[in-house]
Amino acid sequence: MTTFLGMPALPAFGSGNLFAGESFPKAAHRELGNAQLRANLGHATHTIRDKRQAVVSELPDWEQLRDAGSAIKESVMARLPDLLEEFEKNFTARGGVIHWARDAREANEIVAGLVRETGETEVVKVKSMATQEIGLNEYLEEQGIEAFETDLAELIVQLDHDKPSHILVPAIHKNRTEIRDIFLREMPGADPALTNEPPVLAMAAREHLRRKFLTAKVAVSGANFALADSGTLAVVESEGNGRMCLTLPETLITVMGIEKLLPTWQDLEVFMQLLPRSSTGERMNPYTSLWTGVTEGDGPQNVHLVLLDNGRSAALADEMGRSALHCIRCSACMNVCPVYERTGGHAYGSTYPGPIGAILSPLLTGIEAEENSSLPYASSLCGACYDACPVKINIPDILVHLRSVDVDSKRGTRKVPSQMDVGMKAASWALSSGKHLGLVEKGLPLGRLAAGRDKKIKKLPGIAGGWTQSRDIPAPPTQSFRDWWAKEHKSAAPSQAAPSRDDKETQQ
Amino acid sequence: MTAREDILSRIRTALQDSPEAPQIPREYRSESGMETEKLIELLVDRLVDYKAQVAVVAEAEVPATVASLLEGARSYVVPEGLDGGWLAGMDDAGTGGARRRVDSPAEPLSVTDLDGTDAVVTGSAVAVAETGTIILDGSASQGRRAISLVPDHHICVVKAADIAGILPEALRRIDGTRPITMISGPSATSDIELERVEGVHGPRRLDVIIAR
Ligand code: SF4
Repeated sequence: MTTFLGMPALPAFGSGNLFAGESFPKAAHRELGNAQLRANLGHATHTIRDKRQAVVSELPDWEQLRDAGSAIKESVMARLPDLLEEFEKNFTARGGVIHWARDAREANEIVAGLVRETGETEVVKVKSMATQEIGLNEYLEEQGIEAFETDLAELIVQLDHDKPSHILVPAIHKNRTEIRDIFLREMPGADPALTNEPPVLAMAAREHLRRKFLTAKVAVSGANFALADSGTLAVVESEGNGRMCLTLPETLITVMGIEKLLPTWQDLEVFMQLLPRSSTGERMNPYTSLWTGVTEGDGPQNVHLVLLDNGRSAALADEMGRSALHCIRCSACMNVCPVYERTGGHAYGSTYPGPIGAILSPLLTGIEAEENSSLPYASSLCGACYDACPVKINIPDILVHLRSVDVDSKRGTRKVPSQMDVGMKAASWALSSGKHLGLVEKGLPLGRLAAGRDKKIKKLPGIAGGWTQSRDIPAPPTQSFRDWWAKEHKSAAPSQAAPSRDDKETQQ
Repeated sequence: MTAREDILSRIRTALQDSPEAPQIPREYRSESGMETEKLIELLVDRLVDYKAQVAVVAEAEVPATVASLLEGARSYVVPEGLDGGWLAGMDDAGTGGARRRVDSPAEPLSVTDLDGTDAVVTGSAVAVAETGTIILDGSASQGRRAISLVPDHHICVVKAADIAGILPEALRRIDGTRPITMISGPSATSDIELERVEGVHGPRRLDVIIAR
């Protein structure tokens, strides 16, 4: 154990594709205008949601598995340094090579260096959140190395020069016709008679990638799990593109966040039950590959692993927020999120969208980073994400916690009080006594005036305008609840306080 | 400071509140207690659900079943350690002129050869009835990972005795440091409007022979 002298080191935040380019409300407002996107997303999230529910209900011990999963991850965080060293020892003993990367830039440089050593200028890639996060493809391109995404959805997004919008189905925002058009436009040699049927499109992708798989010398992947006690890595997938990349090339470079560890082989039994059911709603995904360093005569003989920090240690330092690192990237939380369903993944700006993105991105980058401070507000706090999460990450609590971190971080940095400060001050005064509140409520009829004939307020002034940008507010009642109560109780005994018909409107 | 030292020290700093590693509650099921017939029934149900084809036969009928499944194949590959009896239905040239190729780590077929091979016949290490999963661990009857990946048709023999009820039972029977592939149905994608399409890059056809 290291002893700490003097000031603790400042947290080292992550870099790469973790930042929102604009605030969530702004981005969300734009995305909300895209009806096609909303229709595609609504259909997709509801489909997975139903499938997930069906296969989860099949397991009598689902809650026990979640409890175990949550505790295993909590224990991983508590013992992270020791587990990383144990993993390193075991992976290395079997011929694998470990590299450590503090941030995105360092990880990219390591991967590019390893590719260069092979003399190759092309790599095939298995879908991976970690390499998305560090912007590996873009970096490799700058270095003259072409990276081919091989997961169908990633391929669609890559061909379209678009960005993924969901962590499991990155092209969830596109429908079949849009995908056909992308293939026709961007895939060399695509059959002009290509139809928009999914099997036809999948076969086109197979044709397109087959040669690449069979001739690639270098592959880059992520990893879903790393088992400390055996030094084993696991990739969970469906199409077989993962198996192609993990077994046919000579060199395999894996990039993995340091939080992906599991202590023992036995723990895999928990996560391989939790992950497929939570993510695609299947009892098991078609293919899972596990490898421990190098196996002579089978698979790549140069096996590397880049262990990535990139803000994870900073997230770990947040005692309330650290459980965001338990995330196994199943995407269940986004499929149940009413906010994600309407805005789509792009609105979150970062590689990690949806509820988990709203907490993970600001934890990795620091809440002050660019527009990430708006992400913890991208939620209705309905709690659906917490219920869905296979490892029981309490996303709503962390959202609230991060909002307070955000407010604290802004306190004292402004000379002029913001509208929010003034509003909060006013609210605190109003709510501090019944008399104050009564006075404020006298203003209610004014609100009715502002609402006009259809009894809806369409535009509020100032910062409150953010709220009405995408919603209407019903007009306030003619009378406050307190006034109604007082009036009612003057004339009737408390036990008969049932409202009369005429009072209906005041009950809103 | 190396990146390694730096990261480890950052993590230690982050954990200055010394969080405790909790006890792991393992109240989830670790045994299914299912009888063989029930195991077979469940495995078949799951595999069919994934659009794999399944035949449940007596051990003695395996060679005839393999032969009939290979009908139409011009060539097939087997790992060197495959039970020779399973191929007894075919002469070395194979039924219907299907040519047999034997793969071993010492004499591996090239990827191009594999790509030009129609089918593959392998054994399996263990199967999971509840999830419809077949686990290959690279031992002699299953061979290198590439052979069950590149040919478009995978015929896999599962011995009834190797079927476990649930995943924890199956993983206990496996050495995690071997090169492992878990297979649940043929290759599939759901990336286009969430519609499941069988067959992308892995074998598009999976035939499972369950041998009692
Ligand atoms: S936070 Fe939970 S539900 Fe969301 S992706 Fe991560 S593991 Fe899945």
